[in-house]
Amino acid sequence: MLHLKDLSFRYKIPLRATLLVLATALIITGAILAREYDQLRRDLFQNAESMGRVLAKTLVTPILHDDVWRAYEIINTPFHSGAAQPLSAFGAELVLVLDPERRIYVSTRPADYPMLDSLPQVDPDYGPLDALIHSNVKEAPQTVELPGSAYFHLIAPIAHDGVLLGTLLMEYPKSVFMPRFLSIVYRAGFVTLLVLAVLLPVSWYWGRRMADPLVQLADCMSMVGTRLPELEECRLYESKDEVGRAGTQLKRMISELHEKQALERGMLANERLAAIGRITAGIAHEINNPLGGMLNAISTLRRHGQPDGIAGRTVSLLERGLMQIKETVAALLVEARVEGHALTSQDLEDIHTLIMANVHRKHLRLMWDNRMSDSVPLPSTQVRQVLLNLLLNAVNAAADGGVVQVMLYIEDDALYLDVENDGAHIGPERMAHLFEPFADPSEQGHGLGLWVTYQLVQQMHGRIEVESQPGRTRFNITLPYGAAT
Amino acid sequence: MFPALRHLSRRVVLCLLLFAGTAAMASQQPSETPLRIGLTPVFLDDQAAFLNRWRDYLQDALGRPVSFVQRSSYREIIDLLHDEKLDVAWLCGYPYVRERSRMQLLAVPKYRGKPLYRSYLIVPASDTRTRSLADLKGGIFAYSDPNSNSGYLYTQYSLRRMGQDADTYFRRSFFTWSHRKVVEAVANRLAQGGAVDGYVWDTLARLHPGLVAKTRIVEESQTFGFPPFVARASLDRMSFDAMQRVLTEMDRTPAGAALLDTLNLDGFVVGEPALFDDIERMVRAMTGP
Repeated sequence: MLHLKDLSFRYKIPLRATLLVLATALIITGAILAREYDQLRRDLFQNAESMGRVLAKTLVTPILHDDVWRAYEIINTPFHSGAAQPLSAFGAELVLVLDPERRIYVSTRPADYPMLDSLPQVDPDYGPLDALIHSNVKEAPQTVELPGSAYFHLIAPIAHDGVLLGTLLMEYPKSVFMPRFLSIVYRAGFVTLLVLAVLLPVSWYWGRRMADPLVQLADCMSMVGTRLPELEECRLYESKDEVGRAGTQLKRMISELHEKQALERGMLANERLAAIGRITAGIAHEINNPLGGMLNAISTLRRHGQPDGIAGRTVSLLERGLMQIKETVAALLVEARVEGHALTSQDLEDIHTLIMANVHRKHLRLMWDNRMSDSVPLPSTQVRQVLLNLLLNAVNAAADGGVVQVMLYIEDDALYLDVENDGAHIGPERMAHLFEPFADPSEQGHGLGLWVTYQLVQQMHGRIEVESQPGRTRFNITLPYGAAT
Repeated sequence: MFPALRHLSRRVVLCLLLFAGTAAMASQQPSETPLRIGLTPVFLDDQAAFLNRWRDYLQDALGRPVSFVQRSSYREIIDLLHDEKLDVAWLCGYPYVRERSRMQLLAVPKYRGKPLYRSYLIVPASDTRTRSLADLKGGIFAYSDPNSNSGYLYTQYSLRRMGQDADTYFRRSFFTWSHRKVVEAVANRLAQGGAVDGYVWDTLARLHPGLVAKTRIVEESQTFGFPPFVARASLDRMSFDAMQRVLTEMDRTPAGAALLDTLNLDGFVVGEPALFDDIERMVRAMTGP
């Protein structure tokens, strides 16, 4: 069940505007009706009393002459001839003349109010009115409103020379006000509808204007629960009002959360890679010691044992296997063994030359931009190794006829190596374990290339950043030198 | 040239004579006293436009001015006739028979071929019970005029014949001073019964069928002499004869016939006083011991 408070502001605001308009219309119409009622009542009473005075005076002669027909004609004057329709909206429905004994002398509706009947005989409801006329005969006409009666009554004495000849009674239905009331209500309703017709679209528009930023904010915030949305996913309203400030705050929160998440991921990866490094180093040491012994033994056997036939082939087989183990272990455990000369621009150009064969084979376009001019105090062997690894990976990853971009430059006492290709991008799953050894065994290698690169960069206190999105994968390596080293 | 001149002069003389003749007539006419005709509601006298047309017709036919005089009751017209303030009056047969010595019968309208009419006893159409005057005892009754035969005398006489006291028979009775208003009083149920001139009721049925439909005829009286035109006894012979001729010849002129059609009458005849003997008998019965 949908509760009103659960409605979106998009509907709440126009609804509230409608309610406001309706309430205003009701209150104003009510006030007008109350005023109109008083006015109409006063007019009716004044009209009735002056009419009563005139009729009472005119009736004196016919009653003195006992001319019933004349009296009947006189009290019928306010009515259309024949029909019992009052002339005006203020007209009485019934005019009666009572004799001094309060019997009907003549009435405008003789069929219902026959001559000589008393009022309570016609209708017992007239009892109180009859008693009032009996007890309360005044000189002037008076209007009475009996409790519970649907009529106003005008009572006017018909007197001549101080003698009471009879009483004039005029009956006005309270419903005479209804047509006037209804016309006011109809008009008020019509105006209200007009106002609503104008106001509803406007308030609808305002509602949307007000609600949309809130809805965007709410949508964006609700995304945060399950995952951290990218800032681009949240269309947020820009302003300095409350909603705008909340939006700005939310953006800041999201971007901070993003940074925190990236930091946590980096730390996690670093820790893992460090642990892997420690394990591989330990294992390598454990393997290297017996390996060295075994290789020494084989060397000794070759030199002094003169192995022949099968023995000789077996020894070579052993030797090749042990050498492969040694290479693998060496690759796992990168040690800064060689202290090469300081890195020059030419060292990097050599790599350019070296890779060209692979580039041509895949019909790639290599955009080489080497902006390094002076030599920098970085170990040339290791840097060359890193660049070569990255380039080989990039060339492998790039599609046939694709593009590989390389940019080498120096900035703030650091060497930057930027390698970019347009091949298939690295998915988030692979990205989490990108630098781990054997993480991605492909047909071209054992998956140690990036692990080696990572270790080399670590040893040079550098940093690796990877960015991968469809059509663009970019490795960026920062190698600081000077004070940082 | 002379004969031509003589011829011309004779024609001029003739024209002059003619002119003098008309001038004499024109100057004589306004100076002549108008014929004053009193009208009572024995017919539908509340049609001012019709009365103007009828007056013009009578003026043309009589060659002298005519004025109509209307009053609110028969009595006033009778009094005016006695005082010689009226020359002719259209009255009811009842005052005529009472005052026969002071009036001369001038003409009697012919209605449905005869100079006769009836009195109707009517009740509201909603009253389907009443069969006769006897059923209206203790009710409220409308008379037209105390000097009307059909609207008063006949009912009084009927009650007397029934052995009833006319003063106490009805709980209340009143006069409307016109037959038409008796029909209105009964139609609006102000009265439970009423006595009305049958000719007026029939004519109203033609002009205002809606009003008449609200009433129902309970009894029709025997026929009586139709309310006659009478002249004061002292009216000069010439005026009397002229007026009698104009009335009796009305149905012979197209204009007169049209007026008669509006009146719902066939014409006027020189009536016999004996036409009103039945009314006279009733008057004697009422006034006698």
